[in-house]
Amino acid sequence: MKKITGFVITDILKNKIILFYTLILAVFSWSVFSLEDNTAKGVLSLLNVILLTVPLVSIIFSNIYMYNSSEFIELLVSQPIQRKTIWSSLFTGLVIAMNMAYLLGVGIPVLIFVPDMTGLIIILTGMMISTIFISIAVLCSILTRDKARGIGFAIITWLFLTLIYDGLVLFLMFQFSDYPIEKPMVIVSALNPIDLARIMVLLQVDVSALMGYTGAIFKQIFGTSLGLIVSFGLMMLWIIIPFLISLKKFKNKDL
Amino acid sequence: MKKYLYIVCFLVFCINKSTAKTIHVGPGKTYKSIRSALSYADNFDTIIVHHSQYKEGNIVINKRIALLGEGWPVLDGQHKYEVISIKADNVVFSGFQVQNSGFATLHDPGGIKVYDGIGVIIENNILENNFFGIYIQYGKNCIVRNNRIKAYGVEEQQIGNGIHCWKSDSLQIIGNNVQGHRDGIYFEFVTHSVIWRNISKNNIRYGLHFMFSNDDAYINNFFDQNGAGVAVMYTKNVVMYSNTFKNSKGDAAYGILLKDISDAEIIGNRFLDNTIALYLEGANRMLIKKNVFSGNGWGLKIQANCMDNVITENNFYANTFDVATNGSLVLNTFDRNYWDKYEGYDMDKNSFGDVPYHPLSLFSTIIENNPTAMLLYRSFMVSLMERTEKLIPSLTPDIFRDNQPVMKPYKL
Amino acid sequence: MIELINIKKNFGKTEVLKNVSLMLDAGQCIGLIGPNACGKTTMIKAILSMVIPSEGKILFNGNNIIGDVAYKNHIGYMPQIGRYPENMSIRQVVNMIKNIRKYNSPIDEELWHAFGLDPVSDKKMSTLSGGTTQKVSATLAFLFNPDILILDEPTAGLDPLAAEVLRDKIIKEREKGKLILITSHLLNELDDLLTHVIFMQDGEIILHETIEDLYAGTGETKISKAINNLLKSIRK
Repeated sequence: MKKITGFVITDILKNKIILFYTLILAVFSWSVFSLEDNTAKGVLSLLNVILLTVPLVSIIFSNIYMYNSSEFIELLVSQPIQRKTIWSSLFTGLVIAMNMAYLLGVGIPVLIFVPDMTGLIIILTGMMISTIFISIAVLCSILTRDKARGIGFAIITWLFLTLIYDGLVLFLMFQFSDYPIEKPMVIVSALNPIDLARIMVLLQVDVSALMGYTGAIFKQIFGTSLGLIVSFGLMMLWIIIPFLISLKKFKNKDL
Repeated sequence: MKKYLYIVCFLVFCINKSTAKTIHVGPGKTYKSIRSALSYADNFDTIIVHHSQYKEGNIVINKRIALLGEGWPVLDGQHKYEVISIKADNVVFSGFQVQNSGFATLHDPGGIKVYDGIGVIIENNILENNFFGIYIQYGKNCIVRNNRIKAYGVEEQQIGNGIHCWKSDSLQIIGNNVQGHRDGIYFEFVTHSVIWRNISKNNIRYGLHFMFSNDDAYINNFFDQNGAGVAVMYTKNVVMYSNTFKNSKGDAAYGILLKDISDAEIIGNRFLDNTIALYLEGANRMLIKKNVFSGNGWGLKIQANCMDNVITENNFYANTFDVATNGSLVLNTFDRNYWDKYEGYDMDKNSFGDVPYHPLSLFSTIIENNPTAMLLYRSFMVSLMERTEKLIPSLTPDIFRDNQPVMKPYKL
Repeated sequence: MIELINIKKNFGKTEVLKNVSLMLDAGQCIGLIGPNACGKTTMIKAILSMVIPSEGKILFNGNNIIGDVAYKNHIGYMPQIGRYPENMSIRQVVNMIKNIRKYNSPIDEELWHAFGLDPVSDKKMSTLSGGTTQKVSATLAFLFNPDILILDEPTAGLDPLAAEVLRDKIIKEREKGKLILITSHLLNELDDLLTHVIFMQDGEIILHETIEDLYAGTGETKISKAINNLLKSIRK
């Protein structure tokens, strides 16, 4: 497992796209914190990156990488190695490489400019989001043999989670605005990892605004240490479930 | 009439001056108790109380005397009595630690309570754990200065106000520090008074609360972390200069809540990190000028029933929403403010932006109608909607705008 | 050594293997022949558990291979079209497989040298010709001195010289008593190599005989002719 993971990591780190990704993240993070006079604003600009760029790059890069690794996978399957080991190694390799890119690009400037709980939450949620979208990408890659369809599927998933889901939530809010919908809506939002990540960071930064009407419930649900644990638990589920499904599919896949 | 009164006062003062005496109270002194010294004292005497614990129940001052503490003597009400009741004019009460007044909701016992006093001076006292701190009713020309008032209230119903003034006139509330009461400073039917350089912090309800109190001035006060900020209601002709309103956070928490106010000036104040910095409801003919709104959830919330208010030369930075309103009617003027969200340009270099700024965002309008939508704040979808709205305004009123936004923040 | 019992495999609606049962033993060199798309490669992949059979089981030395990977230590596999990670060099691929295999006995690098791979070993896999890729595949198959060799179209794409080298190597290994399974279209290449012949058509095994029986039955001395004869007799 370790050996194959090692191969995967070195292979990805040789890739120019991942270097470019790291560089872009770094340039953006540094400029955000150097240009904005207050760090809260910087954190919010950075939040956009975590919620848009990081998932998009994670899902597309991982998806393509999985398709491009089909030869590698075929070679390994003919060798005396468990399929589980092969699949987990590829996933782990992707997770480590992408998170390294994220930590180098975003983690270091955040630790320098926001060395507190907020910074920590930003780094953690960013890593979670990266990993979640790698997990989804891996699942998309096993669902169809056709690379174009697989990538299309990945992009649609990303679009759904970043945009369409929130649109549906807003629609529901207006449909049921006569009912006490705060709590159900909070729960619905928590089911989308991107919304969850956003709320977790906002609770750290934009407290005053959020503490308004919905804010109280917000704080009540996510603000406690239990809420934090549940939030991270939900994110862990987003990592584990797609991966386990993909693993099960891979175990029965014909190469 | 007033003139004659002053002359008489002066004459009385001159006559008595020669006979005024100083009485010492304390362990090893002639008088062991304040009560006995008070009954011995005449008008215009000075009683000096030396450091000790005095548990004498309710002490009533009904002579024109100065009661001065030395080394912070402690007057303890043992949670049963009103500690000091001032029922004479021109009393000076200074240098004491007044603590543990009785707790009752019926007759509002206070640490120090002034009944119908004129020219009473209460200064340099420490008040700890009283129901009401300093209570003035029917007072006139009284001065409350440099007192430190602290209580440990948990619930609104079980604690009184720090400085409570009722039906009074020409008061000076200066340099006091009030913490942990229900309202820090409370004014009801108090006129021609000044509140200057006070600190009001961590009070359960309002840092400052006044109603029906016309012609007052609030200058250089500091309000921090009060449950619901500052509330100003049913009042005319007030000025609020250079105050700081900070950290009022929570549902229904305001830097200042203005309700049915007219002809007020709010100038040079700082609103920092409040849920709602300035809330206007039924407020008319206000001048809101040279204030700083920074890091608030909402900078200004103007209800549609506000008219003829002028909002000018303010700085708006890092607020989640600069302005929100509940209607489409715009009867207020925004002019020459600095908005950090302004994305316009200044081609003619006259330091004003060449295109108007629309401070009302689509999302803030959505929030007004459907507060739950706050859940979607800063989501990609909302940013996308905001962008579209900025380009093609369709839902927010186009006339709600600042025609001359300044390019650089004012130095405030 | 390897036993297939009632193996069936469907890809969607197409039945690729229809109830295949087979027994392969050490010391045999078996030619697996048949027209295109008859299920040869699928059967081989099933033995390597690269394809999971829909029904039936495969035994290796009496043990079911499902869930087992250790048996692959005894198999050297040369795929029909070797596909390798494109941005790895030949040496990296070989080293990686060595690394993964945890093989302690001396490595058989005969083919590595015979094919002259050493001078080109720093080339990326993506830049290699089909023939060189096949050489790498062959080298990898023989590298760990396996008891079983499964060679899928081994000579396709190889130049005659290299094909000869490989042929010699196969004979050499056969002499050591290994089980060798070869598929090929070029039947005349298989003369003198085989001990058994399996003929497959439409996912079924039509013929499984020793080479002597085949020759005796058809009266031929060349595999190609013998098979042709056989086919004619079947079609009649």
